[in-house]
Amino acid sequence: MTARVGVVTFPGSLDDGDAARAVRIAGAEPVRLWHGDPELHGVDAVVLPGGFSYGDYLRCGAIARFAPVMETIVDAARGGLPVLGICNGFQILCEAHLLPGALTRNQHLHFRNRDQILRIESVGTAWTNAFQPGQEVLIPVKNGEGCYVADPATLDQLEAEGRVVARYVGGNPNGSQRDIAAITSSAGNVVGIMPHPEHAVEALTGPSLDGLGFFTSVLKHLVGAPA
Amino acid sequence: MPRVVVDVMLKPEILDPQGQAVANALPRLGVSDVASVRIGRRIEIEFTGEPDLDRAREIADQLLANPVIEDFTVRLVEADETAGARP
Repeated sequence: MTARVGVVTFPGSLDDGDAARAVRIAGAEPVRLWHGDPELHGVDAVVLPGGFSYGDYLRCGAIARFAPVMETIVDAARGGLPVLGICNGFQILCEAHLLPGALTRNQHLHFRNRDQILRIESVGTAWTNAFQPGQEVLIPVKNGEGCYVADPATLDQLEAEGRVVARYVGGNPNGSQRDIAAITSSAGNVVGIMPHPEHAVEALTGPSLDGLGFFTSVLKHLVGAPA
Repeated sequence: MPRVVVDVMLKPEILDPQGQAVANALPRLGVSDVASVRIGRRIEIEFTGEPDLDRAREIADQLLANPVIEDFTVRLVEADETAGARP
């Protein structure tokens, strides 16, 4: 049976199309979910895509968190549903308190758009089990508010529990504390990542195929997961 | 009708690059005696009935501010003190 992976569209989402395409290339069936519909339509996992939901008004992700679909996703994520938040999706996961910390304005104030090397540090999550520990991957980064911040106790806890999923290598594009590019929940089913794995799934359009690993990981995870 | 004003500021330990950029521009105006600038957000709330500070605090805590990175204060002001009032 093909896994069904939901991709949410909020008003202002940009990368929902690419995320759905990455899901398809990885071998799963993408299911488009709508922000105003609380129903998850039986999906096995959810991707919150990049973009500027609700125009980034107030704070990035602050208003999307209250969308009807998010209330269902927050409950389902607490019950173990794999959820990947990319860029704006990461911001939404922090605002929804599924992940600790917050994403703030890039320290240099510039929007940063480039191909970025990341080191995958945690391969125990639902979204990174296809990688080797310490593997370096090349994935586009494009954000204006990607600077990850949390208090030192939270950062220490994330590191102690192996919840830093990926770090920037060869230059930190936004000033994120401890070069953090991606983190996970304590259960490992929720991952937030600032760079865009969905843009690195095909030779024609991406700098590598490294992003595909995030999507094939969740398929592996679902096969191993009890039904 | 009095309004509730919510002031949201980044916590002191959170870097404020916007404030720094403004501070760095001041010498070009000939201003050399400003040590630092921090930028926040002011939100005015008008209730349909009596202004309710506790309710405003709840709104600020859950939506207007992100307590991970921001502090907020709430206070009552008379309508003619608010930013929208015309003299």
